[in-house]
Amino acid sequence: MTEQTAQHTVRSYDEELKFLTHKIAEMGGHAERMVEQAVAAMVNSDNALAQRVISDDLILDAGQREIDEKAITIIGKRQPMAIDLREVIGTIRISSDLERIGDLGKNIAKRVVAVTDTRQTLSVYRGLQTIAELALTQLKDVLDAYATRSVAQVNIVRERDDEIDALYTSLFRELLTYMMEDPRNISACTHLLFCAKNIERIGDHATNIAETVYYIVTGTQLPAERPKEDQSHTIVMDEPLAS
Amino acid sequence: MNMLSEVDVEKKLYPAPDQPKAKMKGDNVSVFYGAKQALFGVSLDVPEKMVTALIGPSGCGKSTFLRCLNRMNDTISICRVTGNITLDNRDIYDPKIDVVQLRARIGMVFQKPNPFPKSIFENVAYGPRIHGLVKDKHHLDEIVEKSLQRAGLFTEVKDRLHESGTGLSGGQQQRLCIARAIAVSPEVILMDEPCSALDPIATAKVEELIDELRENYTIVIVTHSMQQAARVSQRTAMFHLGNIVEVGDTEMMFTSPTEKRTQDYITGRFG
Repeated sequence: MTEQTAQHTVRSYDEELKFLTHKIAEMGGHAERMVEQAVAAMVNSDNALAQRVISDDLILDAGQREIDEKAITIIGKRQPMAIDLREVIGTIRISSDLERIGDLGKNIAKRVVAVTDTRQTLSVYRGLQTIAELALTQLKDVLDAYATRSVAQVNIVRERDDEIDALYTSLFRELLTYMMEDPRNISACTHLLFCAKNIERIGDHATNIAETVYYIVTGTQLPAERPKEDQSHTIVMDEPLAS
Repeated sequence: MNMLSEVDVEKKLYPAPDQPKAKMKGDNVSVFYGAKQALFGVSLDVPEKMVTALIGPSGCGKSTFLRCLNRMNDTISICRVTGNITLDNRDIYDPKIDVVQLRARIGMVFQKPNPFPKSIFENVAYGPRIHGLVKDKHHLDEIVEKSLQRAGLFTEVKDRLHESGTGLSGGQQQRLCIARAIAVSPEVILMDEPCSALDPIATAKVEELIDELRENYTIVIVTHSMQQAARVSQRTAMFHLGNIVEVGDTEMMFTSPTEKRTQDYITGRFG
């Protein structure tokens, strides 16, 4: 593939592209932090932290808007070609994935209050922590892949998404069990289930970003054959609820 | 029993996509201007009824190659062409070929509109008349009107056909030159930066025209505008220092070229 060394003849063009790359790195770091803090707030029932996460989401929204505007200006002004065009389109896509990740983090934070009232056994939170750690690793690795334009890293991220899906499926079962054990758990467990689902979605967004990075670097799309879903939709309750 | 090998079966199941017929073929073409070599053994097929764009930095040999295709380089005394160029598999440098006839089959449009200092009508009528393509006055009128129509100019000039061609706007003059080129029913049209002296609206009109002409003609266009090459052509050849760096489908060339030099050139990183 073509390596990227030379500068543009027009130097301000390089500056504009660099701005987009830096902004993505900034948004990425911010999204990571939001997810991390949202999960910590949930696990420790820390309402103050949850509130901070909720208000921080505005920063990601603003970041995405800024990238959209700058990218559209570049397209209009420079009419980018080849790698430049892929870079610009890539940042638009990645910023929207990061913005979604921020929303999902915020959504977790919003549920903290509801879950605090009916605190669940610690093992539920551990499950949530594990899946969150995995999703955060994915996010961190995919941001590294973007920063270094590494196709090898992209493939690692893409393949690891299955682990998140598997974990989510097992967490789903676990929460279902708690609900069946005691209907008073239903409200909290449902919130936790949404949290788990949100984290699983964060993993999917990381995979999307991986695919975008692959396209930026190679100019070709990754084949879509990767199994892309968790198995929770196949789970049914085979015991009647205890009355 | 006639068994098909695995390869045969594969060929049957997945036939190669239809390769368009090559209208012109350049094979190992080198051009010298005196002692200076401008092209180094270039080979390029020009597919029929398609637009082929030649791109590359100034002095890369793209115009030189274009001019070889209808032997325009013959007019430069120190110019020497080696290699082989064919039109419908016939060598166009064959001494038996009538160059005037050849240029009627392969028309050319230049960078600067260059209408004759004659009326609009005469500009278009001149070619068909000297090539003996005209039966009578009525037939000539017909050819002129049809050519102007094809060039998208007729409605704009139909009431002043006998005014001077040089009185038209730049964009109209260029379309007049295109009408003049197609009046002799060529098979191939060569265009050397046809829009570089035109404003964006006139450029858009010429590009629209190129798109329509593709139905009936094979077109080769030299352009410095990457966006224009991307818009009007189906095949693109990238020239550099007298060689072809890369040839491919236009779409591919502008989204993900294989060669670093192509990438650097089209993204504005050259040199």
